[in-house]
Amino acid sequence: MVASELPRADAPPRNLPGLTLHVPEPKFRPGDAVDFVGIEVPPAGAARRPDTAAPAKDFPELAYTLVRVLDEEGRAVGAWDPKLSPDTLRRMLRNMALLRAFDERMFRAQRQGKTSFYMKATGEEAVAIAAAQALADDDMCFPSYRQQGLLIARGYPLVEMMNQIYSNRGDKLQGKQLPIMYSARDHGFFSISGNLTTQYPQAVGWAMASAAKGDTRIAAAWCGEGSTAEGDFHSACTFAAVYRAPVIFNVVNNQWAISSFSGFAGAEATTFAARAIGYGIAGLRVDGNDALAVYAATLWAAERARTNQGPTLIEHFTYRAEGHSTSDDPTQYRSAGEPNAWPLGDPIARLKQHLITLGEWDEARHAAQDRELAEYVRAEQKEAEKNGILGHGLHQPLDSLFDGVFEEMPWHLREQQQQMIAEEEASGRPWARK
Amino acid sequence: MTMNEDEPTTRMNMIQAINSALDICMARDPDVLVMGEDVGYFGGVFRATAGLQAKYGKTRVFDTPITETGIIGVAIGMGAYGLRPVPEIQFADYIYPALDQLVSEAARLRYRSAGEFISPMTVRSPFGGGIFGGQTHSQSPEGIFTHVSGIKTVIPATPYDAKGLLIAAIEDNDPVLFFEPKRIYNGPFNGYWDRPSENWSKHPAGEVPTGYYKVPLGKAAVVREGEALTILCYGTMVHVCTAVVAEQGVDAEIIDLRTLVPLDIEAIEESVKKTGRCMIVHEATRTSGFGAELSALVQERCFYHLEAPIERVTGYDTPYPHSLEWAYFPGPVRIGQALKKIMKDA
Ligand SMILES: Cc1ncc(C[n+]2csc(CCOP(=O)(O)OP(=O)(O)O)c2C)c(N)n1
Ligand SMILES: [Mg+2]
Repeated sequence: MVASELPRADAPPRNLPGLTLHVPEPKFRPGDAVDFVGIEVPPAGAARRPDTAAPAKDFPELAYTLVRVLDEEGRAVGAWDPKLSPDTLRRMLRNMALLRAFDERMFRAQRQGKTSFYMKATGEEAVAIAAAQALADDDMCFPSYRQQGLLIARGYPLVEMMNQIYSNRGDKLQGKQLPIMYSARDHGFFSISGNLTTQYPQAVGWAMASAAKGDTRIAAAWCGEGSTAEGDFHSACTFAAVYRAPVIFNVVNNQWAISSFSGFAGAEATTFAARAIGYGIAGLRVDGNDALAVYAATLWAAERARTNQGPTLIEHFTYRAEGHSTSDDPTQYRSAGEPNAWPLGDPIARLKQHLITLGEWDEARHAAQDRELAEYVRAEQKEAEKNGILGHGLHQPLDSLFDGVFEEMPWHLREQQQQMIAEEEASGRPWARK
Repeated sequence: MTMNEDEPTTRMNMIQAINSALDICMARDPDVLVMGEDVGYFGGVFRATAGLQAKYGKTRVFDTPITETGIIGVAIGMGAYGLRPVPEIQFADYIYPALDQLVSEAARLRYRSAGEFISPMTVRSPFGGGIFGGQTHSQSPEGIFTHVSGIKTVIPATPYDAKGLLIAAIEDNDPVLFFEPKRIYNGPFNGYWDRPSENWSKHPAGEVPTGYYKVPLGKAAVVREGEALTILCYGTMVHVCTAVVAEQGVDAEIIDLRTLVPLDIEAIEESVKKTGRCMIVHEATRTSGFGAELSALVQERCFYHLEAPIERVTGYDTPYPHSLEWAYFPGPVRIGQALKKIMKDA
């Protein structure tokens, strides 16, 4: 067929008004003044809390509102208040502050050339920390790359995280993975993939296995709002609904997916929590910058899962306060005014205010804690750097490149391994000097 | 290179050359459309589509939801309507969700509908390693697609070729996978990761016509003429091989395949029959890689001219590592050793 025979994309000669193609556009671009008046923020305490045994179809409105516990004065109000002890609240605050301090430090390390890549969770600390504290320690997490808070809340050593970030001698993943793509099986933390949303059906599979075996542990998965567009998200929802899998789906709606806003994942038309409704799954939309709301929602969903009520999808409405990763410059595509104008505030500041309101915390203690955490992270970093930083020397035995492709190494890999060692001996490059 | 003396040219890196090709195709044909993750307002994570949305509007250049199967499926539907979509898959490592739409649909639409429907799309995707991108920003999956009948696979190695090949791909009526070697977006990489990086400003193929031209699909380029052996390569490896050959002072004939399917078999045959030796170099993993196909073809067609066994230099059969990237990468040492081996009895 030659080009002239092809159908041409011309409008047919019909006497009808022409169609138009809608392409979403965010409200603010670089240079624009920001007002988030379009975002509806219902008062804290307004959402009802259904019985955990209630069928999903009984509370569709919870997929469209925002479950909020902390009010503007820092009080915990309403049916969703988890009524946590001051100690638990302080632990939550500390974990969130530690996560932020860790992110700051590792971002800086990347900028100093100590590693190739880093991703922060700034502004989203409550999502991972509060969820981890609400889950049992042996529940299985299937995170995306922005849930390092799960590891921090579960007490995973910072040095281990840093070793992985530096791909150094201490790196338990042997330098095989991109920085921050942790794996920590003994902390109930599944190996992170760089391929978006693949973890969603995997979490369902783990949960189905747990149910089939009469276990008591449940699974939880996280992905960004942008990632809900992937087919894997929808496959996961279908499986979870069909088998009433004991799984919690967390959609972290931080408004941005690299440079594209949530409208490109469908947010102009509905909420992400409402995705649950079509699948017959329980859906909750939660103020993701309210650690108590995240905690309460997670606990509620976990109880449903543990009592065979099946899956829950929780949308955490939050804001990605910084760039997507160290490779990104958000001033290129969004207004610099957005982070400060975000109507739901900062999750750390809000929890801190709550503790102060309760008379269980004060500014001086907070400032002292921040200093202590910064010092702690610095000390851990020093420890980790004793194991080396990326690119400075050979941190893994060369032949380890071939470990773990299979359980047993087939002949062709053994041959390639020998070839590589011969090559390195011939090279005279610094890699060869151990 | 076929350059008309009167054509205005300018210095471009590979990103700029790709951007220019898209711009020209969009200006010439209102049915050409660009879409993909972050390609719209932002202009792509590698900036290859920068400025196009401002120039051609949001219905011709737009961001998409993050669903590669959706992107390719939608591009097939647009092609069925009569458009000529140029979808971008942000990294070749993320093309797998789209495999079914590419393999079962785009590649077979012409055949199964006896030509009623075609899929004239060009899928652009950065591929290859050398940037410390770990296993999800480094892969070279071209061999998966050359195995599928009905898809063309194109890989440029210079800004000049990138522009001319991309225009040819967009105008082609079959689905084309256009893999862009991201390591050489900014300059020709010689494989020495620990030496200062070059940019395209000094390379002859960094001089690119500002206007319209095509580099035909299915035609290889002889990068260096020689008598001692034939080196078959593409993408980043063209530059690594060129550096190694210069270093060792071997009179190699280096062929940049440029298109893997359909392959320029005549150029290969002619060269191997002349030199009697053939070395094949690619970054992708070895087993069932495109090098295996090349090796079989050379053996089938040039057996009686061969004076040494065919040499294959490739990435190892492991996932792409992070910290041991340069041990993995088929660099000057691996290629140099293979070169010595194949030239041993010469
Ligand atoms: C399958 C796949 N496609 C594309 C990418 C490239 N990519 C990495 S992160 C990202 C944006 C994800 O946004 P979102 O889901 O909102 O998560 P966030 O980064 O905001 O936490 C994209 C497109 C990828 N990693 N995997
Ligand atoms: Mg997001």
